[in-house]
Amino acid sequence: MASTKKDPVLVVLQLTGGNDYLNTVIPITDPLYRDNRPAVGVADERILKLNDKVGLHPTMGPMKNLWDQGNLAIIHGVGYANSPRSHFRSMDIWHTCEPDKLGTEGWLGRATKEIDPNKENVVTAVSFGPSLPRALALPTVPVACVDDLDSFGLLTGINEAEQRDKILDRFTRLYSPTIGTGAVMDYLGQTGLDSMKAADILKVAPEMYSSNIEYPDTTIASKLKGISQVHQANLGTRVFYCDHGSFDSHSNQVGMHDKLWTDVSQAVESFFDDLRENDAADNVIMLMFTEFGRRVHDNGSGTDHGAGGVAFLAGDAIKGGEYGEYPSLRPEHLEQGDLVPHTDFRSVYTAIVEDWMGMDAQPLVGGVFEKPAYF
Amino acid sequence: MANQDIALMAHLMRRAGFGATREELEALCEKGYDNVVEELLNPTEEPLDRFEMMRYQPWTWRPGTLPGMGAAEWLWWMVNTRRPLEEKMTLFWHHIFATGVSKVDHYDEIQNMITLFREQGMGNYKELLLGMAKNPAMIYWLDNNDNHAHAVNENWGRELLELFSMGVGNYTEVDVRECSRAFTGWTFEAKLPRGPLGRHDWRFEYRPDDHDNGEKTFLGESGNFNGDDIIDIVCQHPATAGFIARHLYNFFVADEAQVPAWQVIPPVDEDAIDALTDAFIESGYDIKATLRVLFTSDFFKNARFAKLKSPAEVVVGTLKLVGGAGFPAPGIGDLSRQPNYMGQDLLNPPSVEGWHTGAEWINSGSLMRRINFTADMVGDTSRPGVQSIVSRLRSQGDVGPEQFVDICLDLMGPLDVSSDTRQELLDHAVPGGSLNWSNEDAATERVSELLQLIVSLRDYQYA
Repeated sequence: MASTKKDPVLVVLQLTGGNDYLNTVIPITDPLYRDNRPAVGVADERILKLNDKVGLHPTMGPMKNLWDQGNLAIIHGVGYANSPRSHFRSMDIWHTCEPDKLGTEGWLGRATKEIDPNKENVVTAVSFGPSLPRALALPTVPVACVDDLDSFGLLTGINEAEQRDKILDRFTRLYSPTIGTGAVMDYLGQTGLDSMKAADILKVAPEMYSSNIEYPDTTIASKLKGISQVHQANLGTRVFYCDHGSFDSHSNQVGMHDKLWTDVSQAVESFFDDLRENDAADNVIMLMFTEFGRRVHDNGSGTDHGAGGVAFLAGDAIKGGEYGEYPSLRPEHLEQGDLVPHTDFRSVYTAIVEDWMGMDAQPLVGGVFEKPAYF
Repeated sequence: MANQDIALMAHLMRRAGFGATREELEALCEKGYDNVVEELLNPTEEPLDRFEMMRYQPWTWRPGTLPGMGAAEWLWWMVNTRRPLEEKMTLFWHHIFATGVSKVDHYDEIQNMITLFREQGMGNYKELLLGMAKNPAMIYWLDNNDNHAHAVNENWGRELLELFSMGVGNYTEVDVRECSRAFTGWTFEAKLPRGPLGRHDWRFEYRPDDHDNGEKTFLGESGNFNGDDIIDIVCQHPATAGFIARHLYNFFVADEAQVPAWQVIPPVDEDAIDALTDAFIESGYDIKATLRVLFTSDFFKNARFAKLKSPAEVVVGTLKLVGGAGFPAPGIGDLSRQPNYMGQDLLNPPSVEGWHTGAEWINSGSLMRRINFTADMVGDTSRPGVQSIVSRLRSQGDVGPEQFVDICLDLMGPLDVSSDTRQELLDHAVPGGSLNWSNEDAATERVSELLQLIVSLRDYQYA
């Protein structure tokens, strides 16, 4: 890999709903896998074997390509102690790094503030999707939330340029902070001003973009394509966020999981192909995580909420391979029927923040955690 | 008419409905606040005629799996109903029993759930909860059709406790398990393959042979419980009344912390929550009685502009203001997707937790969408509601810039704004001088521009 002075970029792909670890990275030689998965187990001959112990779900061929290239890290048994098994709470914990009390500030919001403390660039963090993930939430930190790059702009319905400029100018003054109006008014004011600036900056991205890579026609592919467009426009964005779901496979898991991983794997491969073709891949890594894994024993059609799960890191800078052991499936080692995580999710964050983003992780993740050598 | 009366009535109608025009507010003020509250609670106007919508927009009748068309029918109701609180409560329950077409893939069944909210949303909570437990869309959404005597599926059992009644922290993982066992066999008749006219109807079915008849221990009580016993026990738990009271407060009065924080962050107004909780318990979980306490309380009357509008409130409120959406005209499909662009895809919540509300409605993308939509609407001077505002202004004759700004702020709410904001609007209006009707087009254009600026205000994002 050619050395580069380009700033490191993190893309987070959130697998919302609790992705089933056991059917994503499958412990092929463990007889307990078969015993526990009479209804939703993946047939042996369909598993994409990575070595003599584990294999990927059959729809994850494009992810296996990343593995074969040495660019996919599988992070086994990730989670935290005393999983509440609630989507809501668990996602909050991953977002805020606060497993014991309720946090409102996100770890990536803190990272964004660290990268750009003076708010010099309102597109330092860009999220694709209709809502702002709590991982990026931090008062005073701007995040551009983009649904569709092409329609991202303020008062675009006013056709006459002079009139629009006049109103936008007034808008800027109206949204400027006034003293003592309260936190929500301040937040609205800042969001309004930042969004105007962000729209001005981001509108160049689709215009500058060209690529020979055809992305599939799926929602996750269009989000990742948007990320690629903004990244390739060199606007200084360092943190990208998107999500896909729902992975909440309580029932009909087989068809559901097939479709989800088909879409995610293909989109991720297109994304990296696109970046590589345009010489924009070497400073990008992607973290894929989910709020919890699912119960070891299936429920006859799907799987209920569990604890320990699997995360992935992908990218040219990633040292591919397995990190940590597959947690034991033996009944005496389970907690309430769930895998016990051995790797705290904050140790993954720590490695990303320190070894990739080049910042001190402790204030961002709220503690000192051992960091595996993913890079 | 005293401006304070209009302001209070406008507040009531924004919260207990989706806003009202100035003409409507004036008529309501004649009746008096308490009488209007009673009318909202006990509506005598006829419900809308579904056939009217069907006649012009047949695909909204049974949208099956047509994207957007289920929400279009509901949007038409929200804009046009003469029973506004009933419709607002329908939205309230959809926020809580958030069920989505992304999984259910059957708009007709989700619409049936919406109809159930419309018919029972102001009735008895326990009956509503039982109705949800037997609602096929809910059963499928939370997989209770896969909850079998010998293969327990915990999805419904968990969310019943976490999201629909008590809230996290009031039960154990064992309670979730036992609760789920009690609901085994609560399913719906076998799904048939899709027919030529779309999906077939689903009907609740209880299958005794698939019900776990063993002893269960739930929240400290033991017995051979069935689902209705669980709902009885849940409703006796003090946490349940407090949980629903807080939801009512968050939806109707002022923005609260997000739901998962409720076990650690105390309510904004503990006395208000206590008053609502007491009313709820004393009335035997009667929603109407609780709402009566809410709307006639001082904490409600004093909460003007204390919460951010949800996207549904932005879109429906704007359409009611500008008018012209009464007739089920083409284009309602596009309109029904507007809340989605602002972060609230009706009939398709992001997950079973529903939507995060309050300030979490706002991010750079959603704020732009809100402003762009409302500015486009009030900028369209062909809309009857906009014309009505213009003609009210014209009836005042030529007015100076100060009056021009104040009248517009009044007609758009009355909207409370800070003195700084008012000054900015004034600075904008002053260069044009007096609003002079000798050139009608130019005057109308100025009104339209000022209205667009007003709906772009931060202050206008509040309900």
